[in-house]
Amino acid sequence: MMYRYDQFDHQITAQRVAQFRDQVRRRLSGELTEDEFRILRLQNGLYMQIHAYMMRVAVPYGLLSAPQVRMLAHISRKYDRDYGHFTTRQNIQFNWLKLEDAPDVLADLASVEMHANQTSGNCIRNITCDEFAGVARDEIVDPRPYAELLRQWSTFHPEFGYLPRKFKFAMTGATHDRAAIAVNDIGLQAVRNEQGEVGFRVLVGGGLGRTPVIGTEIAAFVPWQHIITYAESIVRVYNEHGRRDNMYKSRIKILVNAIGIAEFRRQVEEDWKFTKDGPCTVTRAELDRIAACFTSPAYESLADLDVAASQPGNQAFANWLHRNVKPHKVAGYAAVVLSLKKTGMAPGDATARQMDAAAELADRYSFGELRVTHMQNLVLADVKQSELFALWQQASELDMATPNIGLLTDIICCPGGDFCTLANARSIPLAKAIAKCFDDIDFLHDIGDLDLNISGCVNACAHHHVGHIGILGVEKSGEEWYQVTIGGDQGNHSAIGKVIGRSFSFGQVPEVLARLLQVYVRERFDDERFIDTLRRIGADPFKEYVYATPIEDCKGLAGPEYDLLKQGTPYDMPYYSPRF
Amino acid sequence: MIIKDKSIISDDWVVLRLAETDAPESVNVPAGRVIVPLAVWLAQRDALETRAELGAELGVWLQSDQRAEALQGDVERFAVIAVDFPRFGDGRGYSIAYHLRNRLHYRGELRAIGDVLRDQMFYMQRVGFNAFAPRAGKDIHEALKSLDDFSEVYQASSDEAQPLFRRVER
Repeated sequence: MMYRYDQFDHQITAQRVAQFRDQVRRRLSGELTEDEFRILRLQNGLYMQIHAYMMRVAVPYGLLSAPQVRMLAHISRKYDRDYGHFTTRQNIQFNWLKLEDAPDVLADLASVEMHANQTSGNCIRNITCDEFAGVARDEIVDPRPYAELLRQWSTFHPEFGYLPRKFKFAMTGATHDRAAIAVNDIGLQAVRNEQGEVGFRVLVGGGLGRTPVIGTEIAAFVPWQHIITYAESIVRVYNEHGRRDNMYKSRIKILVNAIGIAEFRRQVEEDWKFTKDGPCTVTRAELDRIAACFTSPAYESLADLDVAASQPGNQAFANWLHRNVKPHKVAGYAAVVLSLKKTGMAPGDATARQMDAAAELADRYSFGELRVTHMQNLVLADVKQSELFALWQQASELDMATPNIGLLTDIICCPGGDFCTLANARSIPLAKAIAKCFDDIDFLHDIGDLDLNISGCVNACAHHHVGHIGILGVEKSGEEWYQVTIGGDQGNHSAIGKVIGRSFSFGQVPEVLARLLQVYVRERFDDERFIDTLRRIGADPFKEYVYATPIEDCKGLAGPEYDLLKQGTPYDMPYYSPRF
Repeated sequence: MIIKDKSIISDDWVVLRLAETDAPESVNVPAGRVIVPLAVWLAQRDALETRAELGAELGVWLQSDQRAEALQGDVERFAVIAVDFPRFGDGRGYSIAYHLRNRLHYRGELRAIGDVLRDQMFYMQRVGFNAFAPRAGKDIHEALKSLDDFSEVYQASSDEAQPLFRRVER
């Protein structure tokens, strides 16, 4: 089950809401300038986007209860436009808020033990985690209690509220990394040493954005008792020495590269001497208190079933079992991914109706809990195999059973130019156009595992560098263009993709993808994945084929169907926004 | 007026800031209670120590890109150590204060100067500042309220040596 607030968590959260309510009051009265207020609102998850305020609500390590999901649906109805957008940091964003409603939204969240603390700003962000934590068959250590320990430590840490730049942790406890720990500022892999004791392999200085870097190991094994003091020393050295003169060079990866991992490690260990074994050393009692919240639900004693055989001839169900149902550590159970990637939907978006229904499914089939994945889907982690068919039928009616998990149309996509002030190009309409062009489930299953990531700008919210195929929106003389990278990968074989050549127009991108796939289909052996074929034969055959003949700009894709701004949504001005 | 130990008090310390034409070794340090830049303390140490022997109190301030360790062994000589915030978003001053309190064991007045705003003061108080000179034009009485924004905190820092999990039964 999941962490429950005690009186202290409730009190701190309530005081945060009161603090922000007063800050909003002072902003609305003009007492605070926008420059002074910006940092405060960002540390409460509130951005000012193109059309309105956006709030990024924290979903700590991706875990949600059914009542929390119902509250998210309620918030989307009451304050927003009946939907939310799940993000690559396992959070959810509401795009259409008014500033004066933000404190009430935070109060509503606090009532279900949620918040938007530190989901933006130059501070320690929400810690992301393996979406199958606690149920994965390849798990060595359940990372969730440690993630909660670090959540509390990093929440309102007084020394680290004004770091040189944002700071992201990711954590896994499995042999297969599903949390992208190599591309976070700190990546933690929970492991056991020869004595069976739990500790962390610590990576530092990974990240995407303008300068993509794979993290470097700074420590092979930090015992769990010391994880807070060790992390604190890393962040302190970064706070003191990270660059503050250029925001593009201010992430910890730049510092680590500038002084080298050996010198960085020396400085961290020098600082750590003062705090190691001190009062911030985690106690067994505290770990046990938190870990007691993450006990396994009351599993029944069941045997594994051949679920596909129970529905002979049902290819749609078989496809779903094949792609969306994942192995579970307990016999007779499975983890189910609810796809938020149906063709025609913005990737990661869920309507209020879908959220309520997902909560209902969680209550009925999965002990009342859900997870958010960094691939922008939802997970029901504890489903009885005997109930998979019933779940599939209901999820299908809710448009959450598209059998495309891990396939080409399971696109990771940022909000892009339709919403985000940073974007150079639109990403949601392109994702929709691509999904429509390749909307053939047999073709998708034949192509198999393929990570396609679309970022609207170099900040790389959609992690395009680590997509097998990555698409980056760029601006050239006021027009949107798309740069294509191939060869990126996340997980245990993390790699940064390489640009294939000059960029493409919106209408050319689907044809570019088609050509990349044609080379793959021509060259692959048996069931070799796209990324493996690419690694074997290199990028050149792909590049040559893509650029061999002119690529027609498919005008049909540039029509109003793909233009959010022309879909008749009432994109009026926000009630209160100094942007206008 | 400044805030010190959660009270608003009048204050006669003067912060000496060097003009471009001033050199640390030759700038005139006026009589009275003066908070001098670290560079002036390092350059005019003998003269300032002589003053102190005659009964004057000394104050020194650090820029955000200077390190607390520059005052290693000297912190007890100062009645006031100040840390300058050139912009309120520059967070190095928080670690400087943490070092002064926890590594150099400075126990005297630690003052935040420069771009000091009420909404940063709660964190500043936690890392060890006990005095605040809010930016000119801001209501100091309003600012004082922010020091009580939270009545409980998770982590240890200069104000609480023990993290919450060691202080209370949870």
